[in-house]
Amino acid sequence: MNPANYLYVSVLLFVIGAIGVVVRRNAIVVFMCIELMLNASNLAFVTFARINGNLDGQVIAFFTMVVAACEVVIGLAIIVTIYRTRRSASVDDANLLKR
Amino acid sequence: MTSNSLVYLIALPLIGSAVLLLAGRRADRWGHVLATLASGSSFVVGLYQFSQMLARSGEERAVTQKLFSWISVGSFKVDAALMLDQLSICFVLLITGVGTLIHIYSIAYMSHDLDRRRFFAYLNLFIAAMLLLVLGDSYLNLYVGWEGVGLASYLLIGFWNQKPTYATAAKKAFIANRVGDLGLSLAIMISFATLGTVSFSGVKEQAEHASTGALTAIGIMLLVAATGKSAQFPLQAWLGDAMAGPTPVSALIHAATMVTAGVYLIVRSNFIFDAAPTAQLMVAIVGAITLLFGAIIGMAKDDIKKALAASTMSQIGYMILGAGLGPAGYAFAIMHLLTHGFFKAGMFLGAGSVMHGMDDEVNMRRFGGLRKFMPITFATFGIGYLAIIGVPPFAGFYSKDKIIEVAFNAGGVKGWIFGCTALLGAAITAFYMTRLVIMTFAGNKRWDAKAHPHESPALMWIPMVLLAVGSVASGFIFSQGNSLRNWLAPVVEHEHEVEVELLSPAVVSILALLLVALGVGIAVMKYLRTEVLREAPENVSIFTKIARRDLMQDAFNEAVFMRPGQKVTAALVDIDKFVIDGAVRGVARLTQGSGSALRTTQTGYVRSYAMWILLGAIGLVATIWIVTL
Repeated sequence: MNPANYLYVSVLLFVIGAIGVVVRRNAIVVFMCIELMLNASNLAFVTFARINGNLDGQVIAFFTMVVAACEVVIGLAIIVTIYRTRRSASVDDANLLKR
Repeated sequence: MTSNSLVYLIALPLIGSAVLLLAGRRADRWGHVLATLASGSSFVVGLYQFSQMLARSGEERAVTQKLFSWISVGSFKVDAALMLDQLSICFVLLITGVGTLIHIYSIAYMSHDLDRRRFFAYLNLFIAAMLLLVLGDSYLNLYVGWEGVGLASYLLIGFWNQKPTYATAAKKAFIANRVGDLGLSLAIMISFATLGTVSFSGVKEQAEHASTGALTAIGIMLLVAATGKSAQFPLQAWLGDAMAGPTPVSALIHAATMVTAGVYLIVRSNFIFDAAPTAQLMVAIVGAITLLFGAIIGMAKDDIKKALAASTMSQIGYMILGAGLGPAGYAFAIMHLLTHGFFKAGMFLGAGSVMHGMDDEVNMRRFGGLRKFMPITFATFGIGYLAIIGVPPFAGFYSKDKIIEVAFNAGGVKGWIFGCTALLGAAITAFYMTRLVIMTFAGNKRWDAKAHPHESPALMWIPMVLLAVGSVASGFIFSQGNSLRNWLAPVVEHEHEVEVELLSPAVVSILALLLVALGVGIAVMKYLRTEVLREAPENVSIFTKIARRDLMQDAFNEAVFMRPGQKVTAALVDIDKFVIDGAVRGVARLTQGSGSALRTTQTGYVRSYAMWILLGAIGLVATIWIVTL
């Protein structure tokens, strides 16, 4: 199978994720979209590793997963805290910086 | 020689002034006594110094005292140091002596004034500053005193500043003086730049091998300074208005002492003027112009104080003329200064006494026949009058005749012009002073019904009597065996050059006396034989009208300096408003505008930021892609 197809999937996933981040209001969904973009880039890394025949891309994919895991922990904690204080998980409600 | 007691001369009145100003209302009851004592004790110190000086021989008479090192920058060093020599001691005794008498007079004159304490504080401040002026051993020290007397003069002219015209008069005096002060500061700067020193002794040493151009520049700048402080042409306009101050102030500052500072400056700088003949000639010309200028104004004034002020201007013109005639004239300029200090202070105090008895009336057309009501004032004023018109053996005769004589002996056309001007001035002086005395003390009574002329209290007439004694005796004492001339010789250093005898002293004296008699005669005909009107006549010649308006000096200043100055100021304000402020505001508006435009992008919504980041990333990738394509 042509490795380029994986790249197309990767681009598709990244675009879906990016659009989701920009369009959706629910913080959880936005967050999941970010995860989607990370995974899209992971897929691209792994694909390129396969295409180029070395392991660098796969190693970086591991790094990305570790970072993503940390990020999930902190991000979810922030979202939960915001929800607790404001009874809302909409990113548009969190605009205190503007004032 | 050094002396440790010089500083007390200045410190005593300075401390007096500080105590009076800082103690406030608490000092109201005893303030005037303290001030008078401070001035008096300064006089005693002066007498002590004088006696010490007499005990030493000619060249060793000068004493100095270093107070502290003032400026020390590289090779430029100025000490705050005092120097008392034969010239300074004359001034010290005049300032503190006449000053003390005027303090005593003021106790009574100002007794009804709520602010008498403040008045005395300023008087003491003036004495201290004036002493610093004459005691400083460098131009820079002199400058401090010079500014100090300007300040004291301003404060005292505007002492009754609740009247706006008086406050304006004070400002006028201050501004005219500032123009002169600029000359002095320039002289100091030129002296430092070309001679590298500003002390009198240093400049004197350097002047011998300095270029004539530099010395002329310094001399002219010193002359500008002198015209400002001494109310000489063309900066004379402030003196008439300065009469707004209380009369003792007019007597002390604007007749006897401060206005003579210019004469002091020129005589003190004799080594500069002797080496710069152009500057010296200009000094004499300024003096000659002013002595006529003042005399002509004096003829037309009905305000007794302004007439005396014009006369002061004219008499200082004589002194400046004398000082501008070189080594032959310095001593006589100082002699006239000292005798003038006595008789003019005496006459001003007399005028104050008249005003005191006449409810502060100053218009001589409202006086008349006061001789019977104020016999002591009349007698002392009369002595001052005889002294100023130069009747022997009164003081003015000795000093003024000598200046006229020296003027004639200047030689050539110069001698004739200066001599004849001085003679003419003497005749006019006789005319206007006789007019003043007749209108005030003789003739018919013209005062208002509510005026009750009476003699002033003893505290006022005793100083007047003492000054009258000075007006009688001082000229004789100073000229006896050329005593003052010999006394000053080490300072003004007249190596005897060949004196051109254009007219012998006797001829000059006779000529002067004839002209004085003529002036007196005309005045008697005009004001004693014919009745003086209560209102100044309006149908007078154009010359009288011009003289009444001070020979158009204010109109001239307004047209030439004030109005163009105002226009320049207005233009500068416009430039400031539209160009400079415009640029500043433009930058501000630009920043503000771009700020508010950019602000709209900061929505506070996370999603829009994410969008911008995304667009930025796409833009970046696109750019890289296009560039590497």
